[in-house]
Formats: sequence, C-alpha cells, structure tokens
Amino acid sequence: MTERPILETRDLTIRFGGHVAVDHVSCSFDRGTLTAIVGPNGAGKTTYFNLISGQLKATGGTVALNGEDITRHSVPDRTDRGIGRAFQLTNLFPTLSVRENVRLVVQSRARKGFDLFSIAESHIELLERADHVLAEVRLIDQAEQIVSALPHGDQRKLEVALLIALGPQVLMFDEPTAGMSVDEVPVILELIRKLKADMDRTILLVEHKMDVIRSLADRIVVLHNGELVADGDPAEVIALPVVQEAYLGKAPEAA
Amino acid sequence: MLTRLLSGDTPRSGLLTLLLVAVLISLAFAPFLFPGTKSLETAARICIFIVLVASYDLLLGYSGIVSFAHTMFFGIGAYGTALALSTSGPSYWSLTWGTLAGAFVAAVFALAIGLFSLRVKAIFFAMVTLAVASAFAVFVSQMSWLTGGEDGLNYKIPRELTPAFKLVNDKVFGVRINGKLLAYYLVFFASLTLFLVMLRIVNSPFGRTLKAVRDNAFRAEAIGYKVVWYRTTATVLSAVMAALAGSLLAIWLRYTGPATTLSMEIMIDILLMVVIGGMGTLYGAVLGATLFILAQTYLQNLMGVAAEATSAVPLVSTLVAPERWLLWLGVLFILSVYFFPSGIVGRLRAGRA
Repeated sequence: MTERPILETRDLTIRFGGHVAVDHVSCSFDRGTLTAIVGPNGAGKTTYFNLISGQLKATGGTVALNGEDITRHSVPDRTDRGIGRAFQLTNLFPTLSVRENVRLVVQSRARKGFDLFSIAESHIELLERADHVLAEVRLIDQAEQIVSALPHGDQRKLEVALLIALGPQVLMFDEPTAGMSVDEVPVILELIRKLKADMDRTILLVEHKMDVIRSLADRIVVLHNGELVADGDPAEVIALPVVQEAYLGKAPEAA
Repeated sequence: MLTRLLSGDTPRSGLLTLLLVAVLISLAFAPFLFPGTKSLETAARICIFIVLVASYDLLLGYSGIVSFAHTMFFGIGAYGTALALSTSGPSYWSLTWGTLAGAFVAAVFALAIGLFSLRVKAIFFAMVTLAVASAFAVFVSQMSWLTGGEDGLNYKIPRELTPAFKLVNDKVFGVRINGKLLAYYLVFFASLTLFLVMLRIVNSPFGRTLKAVRDNAFRAEAIGYKVVWYRTTATVLSAVMAALAGSLLAIWLRYTGPATTLSMEIMIDILLMVVIGGMGTLYGAVLGATLFILAQTYLQNLMGVAAEATSAVPLVSTLVAPERWLLWLGVLFILSVYFFPSGIVGRLRAGRA
C-alpha cells in the first residue's frame, strides 16, 4: 500500500526555440522524502524547478500536486497550494529590512495582504513568527538591517528563511549553501534535515556538493541535457557509470 | 493616540517634525495668520495639492508604477463635482453626488487601465496612461456642450460656502467669518482626513505588500501575492484620492477647466513635487507641495523685490528680473534634485544619528 505522491511531473517538457531544456521528465516525490537533483551545469535542474513552481510555463506534460493538475496555475496559486521555492540567485526585497522580508512571507500565509486599514506593525503575531524564523536561521541580530547592505552569506540565509517562513508542503532549494561561509553551512543543512524529519515535508534539493547530498538525500535524480538519466538510491546512483561520466566527469571520489 | 493617528509612521527626524508641524499650523490658521485673498488661495491650493501629490506617491513611491494619467483622475473628480453643481443646482446634494460620481468614474477608469496594462512592462503602462490622458483632455475640450470646452465651467456652490454668506457680523481677529472661510476649512479638514487615510493605507499590511511588489515583483509572486491585483488596487485607490482632490478644487475655485485640472503641466508639477519631497514617504508630499506652490506663487514677487534692490547693478538686476522667475524655479529644482536625490524627507531621515 503506497501513499499517493505529493508531487508528480509527467512528461514535463519545455522548449526554447529549438532547444529542449527539460525533455519529458516524469518523476514523483513522496511525503517526507528529500530528493537531490543533480547534473552538470545546463542540465535543466533550475528550469525543472521553474516549471514546478510556475515561473516558466510548460510546453508539454503536466505537474500535479496532491493529484490536482496545476500545470496552468499561476505562481501565487501554486504557492497557495503548497509549493515553495528558494532561489539560486539571491532574490529578496532589497530596500526592506531583514525582519520585514520575513514578515511579508508570514503575512502572505496569514492572508492579510489586502488588509488596508489596520497598522501592519500592530499584528504582533506576524512579527513574533518572523522573529522565530530569524532566530532559527541565526539572523535575529541582523533583523533591523536593510537587506541590500547585508553580506552575501547572510542574504543566502535569509533566502532560506523566507522559504521556512512560507512553510509549504513541497520545498525546493536551489543550491542553498552556495556562497556561504564554511561554518554557516551546517546550520542550514541542519534546518533542512529538521524540516524533513520533524515536519514531514517533501524536499527537492539542487546541490553540487557530494558530501551534502550523501548526508541528506534519500534519493538522487540525475538530469542530463534536460532528460532524466538516473533515479534511485544515493549509493547506487552515484556508482552508476553514466553519473560518473555525465555529472562528476571523473573517477568516484573517496567518501 | 497621536502615533495611532499617524498609523505608527512618525516623521523620525527632529527637523522634519518641526517642518511638518509648521506647515500644519500655518495651514490650520492660514486665514488668521496670513490675511488676504491671495494667501488664502495659496493655502487652499497647498492643501489640495498635498492630497494630489500624496496620492501620486502612493503609485510612484510605494508601488513603483509610473503613470501620466494622474491629472486625468484629478480632472474627473473636478468635472464630476462641477457638472453636478451646474446641472442640478448649487445644493449640498449635488455637491455630494457629483463628488461620489467623479470618484466612482475615476475608480472604473483606473480599474480598466490597470487590468488592461499592469500585467505588462512598466514602460508600456506609462505609455498607455499618457495616451489615455491625452485623449481624455482632447475629449473634454471637444465636448464643449457639456464641459464648456477650453473655457471650462463656472457654477454656483451652496451659499454657505461663498463670501456672500456671513456667519458672524463682526470681524474676529480682524478676519471676516464668511462662507469663503468655511469653504477653506472644508478644504483643509477634508485634505487632512484624506492624507491621514493614505498614511494608514501605506502602513497597512496592504501598503507593506506594495513595497514588496515594488522591490521585487517576481519574488512577491513566489511568496503568494497576486501582483497584478495589488498594482491594480493601488492604481484605483490613487485615482479615487486624486478625484477627491479634484472635487475639492472644483468646490474651492467655483470654476473647472482643462487648464486647472487636466494639463500636462500640472502632471509634471506633481511629478516634481513627489521627487523633491521624497518618493515613498507621504510626508514628502507635504513638503514638496508646500515648497513648490510657495515658490510658484511668491518667487516672482521675491524676484521683483530683488531686482529693485539691485537695480544699480546692471547684470544682476537683469538676471533677477521678475519675468525670469521660471528660469530660477528650474535652477532651484535641479539643485534640489542634485543635492537631495532621495528628496527632502529622505535627506532629513538619513541625517539623523
């Protein structure tokens, strides 16, 4: 008796002119699992994410969340239904404070966006929730700072904080630790592990660092030239010749 | 209490607070502090333009939307009130329904323009508003049987708001308490209320979301905000506020014509007032409008005095001759934008320790 997958893509395809960036990718993701999506640069990993979260519209195929076809849904509609996304390139609200960035996410979840006549700061519960998330990613001391003045590593942390504050069923992380200092990486990895284990969320993770993948992933999906070329248990997938060749491009590294 | 009235958005700078209080007191007691017709006209104009400029800042500063149709909405409000008063007589009833009808029509126009063009690039929206506003101005000047064309409309307003109506027979502090004074206070309190309402809107969860959409619409969608609806709502709110400001102008002037409401010149003035005051800070609208209108009204007089004083010095007196006031106004703007790129309010707030 298997549970229905949370998220499923079927023959998902997008063409840009003659170039097929994602080519008939069929894949499903179960609740409480963490899937690493790997592949060389230009393999279509981020494009695949964009198709799932709606920033790009598929040329063919479908995306289904909890069995509901969401292929034609807009980005905010998909967010409403439980798909959340952190971006590879930092993508924040630069003129606002760190706290305000997170507060806006919490406010969106509380569906207060069209509240015109109350004072935003008077919604204490939203501020408290925002501060709670900031404490989790260890950004609480920088809460008052304007985002554009924040160091790059902290901006990456805030990127993750926004996704945690959103708290969706499906979380997509696109190289969350890229550009972070060595001592901050474990903080983020621990958060991702907690999201999976304690909160039973489904996580998709694009990552290049093999040690990160080994320590977190239940499963690895390999994309190459837009096609799904391997899918399975991490140890097995890493050992596959096609992966060695296509992704790592070198002999297997020592664990 | 006061903080609540200001929606928690205090000036956050000592000098700024001082300036704002000075403007508030000057406008509140204008008829007594600065007696005379011209100064009362100027004070009323400042009140109305504070609302108009603030409503434009709601778009430009808070939502990052560039629109050239703001004077159209201002005009729709003014013509709504004007037409009601001239067709159904100078009663409060026609004044009310004309104002409401103007605001309603402005809202419908804004909704249509917004839904039609806010999905696409910002530059396209700006061009659409420019085209619609120009077409509307031509339309108004051609429909002379209804709007009076270029001559505009003269009409009567309720008697209690005209100079002919005397509330008290004697002067109070040397000022006649007549209908004109009542009309001024109608303008003043209506403007103050509208300004406080806008201050609340920009500090509400909705206003905060507008800033997020302005900063990064792409990410705002990814955290669940339907960007088009936020932009459209901002456009509609701003249009309604502009229309209400237009109605106040129509009541105050007892005249409505293309030159006082619809001209592109006024549109540029609004833009300058927002930028000089400081975008994205409603208080900027207060200072921008006050300074601009004072300069527009009194620079010529001031220069007349300067020209006379320097009449012995050949070159200087030519430079400050009153007919060159526009040149100096231009120089003042260039300097202010150069030295305060974030506007007066931005500069004052950054200056605090």
